[in-house]
Amino acid sequence: MTLDAVISSRVRRARRYALVLGLLAALIVAAYLVSLIVGETYYSLSEIWRVILGETVPGASFTVGELRLPRATLAALAGFCFGLGGVTFQTMLRNPLASPDVIGITSGASAAAAFAIVILGLSETGVSAFAIVAGLGVAIVVYVLSFRDGVVGTRLILIGIGIAAMLDSATAYVLSQAAQWDLQQAVRWLTGSLNGATWDETLPVVIALLVLGPVLLAQARNLFMLQLGDDTAAALGVRLERTRILVIVAAVGLLAFATAATGPIAFVAFLSGPIAARIVGSAGSLLVPAGLVGALLVLVADLIGQYAFDIRYPVGVITGVLGAPYLVYLLIRTNRAGGSL
Amino acid sequence: MTSSHSLTVSSLSLGYGDRTVIESLDLVVPPGKITAIVGANACGKSTLLRSMSRLLAPRHGHVLLDGREVHKMPAKELARTLGLLPQSPIAPEGITVSDLVGRGRNPHQRLLSRWSHDDDLAVAAALDATHTADLADRSVDELSGGQRQRVWIAMALAQQTDVLLLDEPTTFLDVSHQVEVLDLLTDLNHDRGTTVVMVLHDLNMAARYADHLIALADGKLHAAGDPSSVLTEDCVRAVFGLDSQVITDPTSGKPLMLPLGRHHVTAP
Repeated sequence: MTLDAVISSRVRRARRYALVLGLLAALIVAAYLVSLIVGETYYSLSEIWRVILGETVPGASFTVGELRLPRATLAALAGFCFGLGGVTFQTMLRNPLASPDVIGITSGASAAAAFAIVILGLSETGVSAFAIVAGLGVAIVVYVLSFRDGVVGTRLILIGIGIAAMLDSATAYVLSQAAQWDLQQAVRWLTGSLNGATWDETLPVVIALLVLGPVLLAQARNLFMLQLGDDTAAALGVRLERTRILVIVAAVGLLAFATAATGPIAFVAFLSGPIAARIVGSAGSLLVPAGLVGALLVLVADLIGQYAFDIRYPVGVITGVLGAPYLVYLLIRTNRAGGSL
Repeated sequence: MTSSHSLTVSSLSLGYGDRTVIESLDLVVPPGKITAIVGANACGKSTLLRSMSRLLAPRHGHVLLDGREVHKMPAKELARTLGLLPQSPIAPEGITVSDLVGRGRNPHQRLLSRWSHDDDLAVAAALDATHTADLADRSVDELSGGQRQRVWIAMALAQQTDVLLLDEPTTFLDVSHQVEVLDLLTDLNHDRGTTVVMVLHDLNMAARYADHLIALADGKLHAAGDPSSVLTEDCVRAVFGLDSQVITDPTSGKPLMLPLGRHHVTAP
C-alpha cells in the first residue's frame, strides 16, 4: 500500500519535472522566435527560415542573419550559462546569496575582460581566455580566504562581496582610461549588453557549453545531495572535495565565457536558481531548469530593453531592475530566518 | 538476518587544527548490537563518529570495517554498508518527505541510472518502519521535531546499510519522542540485525537502550562493556566530574544514575 503511494507520488513528481522543462523550453523557443521576427522591420517565419537555411533574402539576410540571429542565440546561450553557473554555486554553498555575481566571480571575469580589451588590446579569444583565468582566480581567492575548518557560506559571501566591490572599481578605472571607447561599449562591461553580438562572440560560448556543460551535469546528482549538508552528502557516498573542484571549475568556466561575450548581465545567475526552485520544487536537480530560466530571462529582458521603452536599454539594465528588489527581499528574509535555497 | 560486519578502531588519533580531540583510541563495536557512546561535552564523541564514517581523516591509526580501512574504501561502496545520520542535517526548503527519504538511495544508484523498483521498495519500507508513510507528501518544513527526526531516520533506513551511526538522534526531542526514536532503533536492530552506534547525551537512556556502552573522557576510552558494568558511580565521577548514586532501574533492571548536586539532596 505504501509502495503504491510511493510509486505514484514519484511518478507524479517526475511528470511535473518533465512538464516544467517542456514548458520552459517552449517559452524559450517562443521568445527566441519573437526576437527574430520583431524589430524596425518585421520578417515572417518563412523568411527567417530561409535565412537560417542559408538562402539570400533581401534585407532579412543581413538584419536577421547578421544581427538578430546571433543576438538571440547569444542571449539564450549566455543566459543558460549564467543560470547554470549561478544555481551551482547557490546549491553548493546552500545559500541563494552565494551567486557568482554577488561573490565576485563575474566581476573578476568582467574586470579582466575590460583590462584585456582596453589595456592589452587582445582579440576575442584572448579576452575569453583572460576572463576565464580571472574568474577562476577570483573563485580560488574567495574560497581560500574564507577557508577555516571548512567553508562557511556566510563568510564566503561577505568576502566575495568585498572582492566584487574592489573588482568593480577596477573595471570602472580601466574604462576611464579608454578615452576612445563610446559609452555603449563601456556600459557592456558594467551591466552587460547584447548590442553588436556577432557569431564570433557566440562561438566560444557554444564550445564552453559543449565541453563544460556535460561535466557539470554529470555532477548534478552529487550537487543535489549536497543540499542536505556536507556531512549527510558524504555519508551518502558523495566525494566532497572532488565534487567541489569539478563543479567550481566547470561553473566558473561557463560564467567566464558568457561574461566575456556579453559582459556581466546583472542578476541572471542570481535569479535563475531561486525561480527554478520555486517552479520545480524538490523533485529533481535544479541545474537544467535554472539554465532554462536564465536563457528565458535574458531573451525576455532583451526584448523589453529593446522595444518596451522610447530609449533602448542594454539587457543588463532590465535584469538589474528585476534582480535588485529580489536581493533586498532575500537579505531581509535571511536576516530574519537564516534561510537556505 | 544478522549483520556480521566488524567495525573496529585501532590506535586512532583525531583532531582539528592544533587541537587533538581523540588520542590513540582502541575500540570494537559488537556486530548486530546497539552501542551507545557517552561522555561529557567536547570529549570527542561526535568527532569519533564522524571519523568512523570517513568524514574526518585520522591523524594516526585506522578505522576498520571488515578489516578494510574506511578512509580508503570507495565512497559509495562504504555508503552501502555504513550509514551516518549527522547531528544537524539540512532539509532543503520545501522538500517533501518522500523526496528526502528517496535521497537515501544515492549510494545504490549510478550516474544516469534510472530509479529502480528496489529504490521504491526501500523507500516504502523505510516509511513504514518509521511510521511516516502518511506524511510522505508533506513538506519537511511543516513537521514537528519528532516527526522530522523520524523522517531523517527513514532516509538513513532507505540507505539500507547494515551498520548505522547516529549523532545524538534524540537531541531537541521531548521525552516521549526520545523514547519513540530509541524504540524505533531497537526495532530496527531486532528485526534487521542492524548494528547501531549512537552518541547519546542522556546517560540513563543510553544505559537502558544500549547493549554495549562506551564511556569517553577527554578523548580517551574510560570504560566499555555491558551498561551495568560500565555505568557506576566511579565512572560518572571520572567522566563527568559529578557525584551520583547509581541504582537499579525498577522498570528495566538496568542501571539508573541519579545526580547528586549541591541542592535538594537528602543525606543518605
